[in-house]
Amino acid sequence: MAKHHAFRTDIKGLISLFSQLSGQGYSQIGPLVRDGAIMLGEIQSFDDLAQGYTDEQAQGHYRIKPIPNKGLFQYAVGPQSFKQYLHPPRRKLWSTNGTNQNFTVETGDKPQKMVFWGVRSCDLEAIKILDRVFLEGAFVNKWYQQAREQLLIIAASCPLPSANCFCTSTHTGPKPESGFDLGVHEISGNNGIYYLIETGSQKGEKLIKKLQLQWASAEELESMERMIEKAASSMKKRFEPTEAAELLKKTLEHKYWDEVGNRCLSCANCTMVCPTCFCTSTEDITDITGEHSERWLRWDSCFNGDFSYIQGGKVRGSTPARYRQWMTHKLSYWYHQFGTSGCVGCGRCVTWCPVGIDITEGLEELAR
Amino acid sequence: MAPESDYAKVTQQTVQPDVWLPVLYTVQERKAENRGIVTLKLAPSEAEMIESIEPGQFNMLYAFGIGEIPISISSLWNSQQQLIHTIQDVGTVSKAFCNLVVGDQVGVRGAFGTSWPLEEAKNKDIVILAGGVGIVPLRPLIERILHDRNDYGKLNVLYGARSSENIIFHQDIISWQADPTLNFQITVDHAYSNWRGNVGVVTRLIGNANFDPRNTAAFICGPEIMMNYAVHACLDVDIPEDRVYLSMERNMKCATGFCGHCQFGPYFVCKDGAVFAYPQVKSYLNIAEL
Ligand code: SF4
Ligand code: SF4
Ligand code: FES
Repeated sequence: MAKHHAFRTDIKGLISLFSQLSGQGYSQIGPLVRDGAIMLGEIQSFDDLAQGYTDEQAQGHYRIKPIPNKGLFQYAVGPQSFKQYLHPPRRKLWSTNGTNQNFTVETGDKPQKMVFWGVRSCDLEAIKILDRVFLEGAFVNKWYQQAREQLLIIAASCPLPSANCFCTSTHTGPKPESGFDLGVHEISGNNGIYYLIETGSQKGEKLIKKLQLQWASAEELESMERMIEKAASSMKKRFEPTEAAELLKKTLEHKYWDEVGNRCLSCANCTMVCPTCFCTSTEDITDITGEHSERWLRWDSCFNGDFSYIQGGKVRGSTPARYRQWMTHKLSYWYHQFGTSGCVGCGRCVTWCPVGIDITEGLEELAR
Repeated sequence: MAPESDYAKVTQQTVQPDVWLPVLYTVQERKAENRGIVTLKLAPSEAEMIESIEPGQFNMLYAFGIGEIPISISSLWNSQQQLIHTIQDVGTVSKAFCNLVVGDQVGVRGAFGTSWPLEEAKNKDIVILAGGVGIVPLRPLIERILHDRNDYGKLNVLYGARSSENIIFHQDIISWQADPTLNFQITVDHAYSNWRGNVGVVTRLIGNANFDPRNTAAFICGPEIMMNYAVHACLDVDIPEDRVYLSMERNMKCATGFCGHCQFGPYFVCKDGAVFAYPQVKSYLNIAEL
């Protein structure tokens, strides 16, 4: 590999990075333990970050547990993704005051200046996909653009992928390759945990300079490579995204849709946890005087009943049709729309499906 | 120096206007077409206005405090400054629009979507098939063709309504019927005793149309089932499939490719449509609940 240098630090380097960023007015978002899961939230102090935990994931199953290793990144992704900060579950588009005869429109809130800590490679690639959706088409999502412009990304590689991870199949991990300001690798060495930090932008370089870290040694870089290879080879789920995209085009009337549709509860969990699902609805809320009204944008899901409603009924009234829409959009139509797959292999939809439906298994069924 | 990341690429983009913000318009005229269908003429309330709109395109119309719906442009006869929209009362928002009176204000975002491909229809015979309110997005197309009448061959307008009570655009119909350069045919599904015209599905009228199939473009809008039959009626008389165009309807919340509601196979109907050439949608039209 050509570009191969990184800085080395112990946890103190990360702590001073945290203080440096606090001084620059960033709202710092990162993984923390809440409700028995690794969630995302604002970190007020460095200690808020989840530390000394790993997770156990299976189809429809998730659990975290404390481990002796006091690392920061010894677990895979939890139910939430950074999507919720760039594309919030609810946000005010604008508000209006007046009457039917005469009203004025005022814009909603502006996004904050944020830093994301510990963005895993899959979620990093998911952000790049959202960039395509919201920035690179005929129209620009201005709120997203403003949030994105001010965003600082500290990515982290995954030492311990979960049993539902398949980023090696989607070519989105486990090592963050680009699109970050700083990339952190947590290595558990014989003498404790240390961190290798790569820079991915000029912003990142500036931050690192102030920390005055030493270069990583050749052996340390090698340990990092070994850790990543080990993580990659631990992933068992496998498929080829471009083949899946073609397969789905040919199987729109396969009997699998009825089978999976009978199990699926149409609960929309999979779309809520997916880091690339972007669908929304608008909502109008008017106060009791009728003179003040607000337009809100909120996440919606292709599994919801009214999602496809037009005069004359729902286009996709049945669950098999909705499941087919979700899976074919994600794995096939996405290429047509955005030039890439809509799946980054994070495994969340598999873990958080109450009945344990697994899209990688679905592909096997469809190929049969 | 570190390489420019994708992130840097993002930051270099110029700041865009907020696509969610509407432009304010005032209702200048209101005309009840029949029970439940109203045509509104809207004029910009202030200096800002929708830049231009083509036959087949639509705007997102916002009713104060109620919500927003996609509505196609229904006439371009007057001017580009005023917007003419015909709205059928089928839900909360459309009902609010039907109840508006002259002087009321509305919000408009647009123009969105693809337009009827008039360029490709030049020097060709034209067959227009409208089912029910499907006549609405087709009217500006008819107007445009009549305006540049010498650029096109024979013009056939075939219109099917549920019953005589559901017919709209009576004044246009009178002038179309009187126009020797236009073959206008109308039929109803259900006839009352006072109806003297054709009875039956609109696709049958194609037998009364006048065109050279090898040099014809067909434009279709109506309920999806009607469009399916209409496309096949066109293909049966040997109109080439890539000259058959139709306008699709799907749920729409944003019109900018952001909300996901309007998806139809690989397409976003709001930006890849609503007007499609038949070969684009051919393999998806017959799949139930797609
Ligand atoms: S489809 Fe499933 S595995 Fe793929 S990105 Fe979405 S949640 Fe993750
Ligand atoms: S696949 Fe699972 S998570 Fe998704 S809607 Fe169906 S039951 Fe819910
Ligand atoms: S209407 Fe929102 S994506 Fe088309």
